[in-house]
Amino acid sequence: MLLNQFLLLAAALFCIGVYGVLARKSGMLVLMSIELILNAVNINLVAFGALTEDVGGEVFALFTIAVAAAEVGIGLAIVLLMYRNRRSIDLSEADLMKG
Amino acid sequence: MSNLLAAISSDSDLFFWQNAFFAIFAVTMLYGAVKVVTTSNVVHAALWLVVVLSGVACQFILLGAEFVAVTQVLVYIGAVVVLFLFGVMLTRASMGDDESVADEKRMIASIVGVLLFSVMAFALIDTWSDDRIVIDEPQTVTEVSDSIFSQYIVPFEAVSVLLLAALIGAIVVARKD
Repeated sequence: MLLNQFLLLAAALFCIGVYGVLARKSGMLVLMSIELILNAVNINLVAFGALTEDVGGEVFALFTIAVAAAEVGIGLAIVLLMYRNRRSIDLSEADLMKG
Repeated sequence: MSNLLAAISSDSDLFFWQNAFFAIFAVTMLYGAVKVVTTSNVVHAALWLVVVLSGVACQFILLGAEFVAVTQVLVYIGAVVVLFLFGVMLTRASMGDDESVADEKRMIASIVGVLLFSVMAFALIDTWSDDRIVIDEPQTVTEVSDSIFSQYIVPFEAVSVLLLAALIGAIVVARKD
């Protein structure tokens, strides 16, 4: 297997995630797009770990998974709080700090 | 690009099957990812996310990273997606919105995505044109755990504290009072 096929797959997944973050309005869907981005990063880490035959790539992929789990927990709590306060999770309405 | 295709097709029989399964998983993942960011139903998006996450787990197995693959299934498909579905349930006013997104916004986002991908693809093909991954045997759980609990013990403890802080923070933010 070529290293590049994994890197290109991860790049495509990353860009789809970026599109989702930019184009989506619902806070829930933006969080899902962020998951796509984090998974693309994990593929890169494990692929480079396999290339160099170093276990460090896997270890850092595990750390990323743990941080992503924490991020989803906090993110959903914030979305829930926003829903409770405004009855909507439309991110374009969250413009309280807009100059 | 033609270098890439020639290099893939010159692989021997075992490598052919590795590449064939890679292609199947990759196409499934990319289709699922596009559905995640385009479907208007939030529940469908969460279920398409399961397809993408299982595809990532399959890629980890192809790369010989068993433990990460199992963790991916347990943490992402087992916990994160369930958390998303709970979130959808608790904020059900958001079901099936997103039709109102302006076409202009979508167009700008897709231009950004395509540009980013073309720059990244050019850089990757330019840099890693024929590096090969050869997997003799998968990296075992023993190696991973030895490494975590010796060389990477400090980041491991930091992640533990981070998870605890995130847990407390989520409760504090979301509770009613």
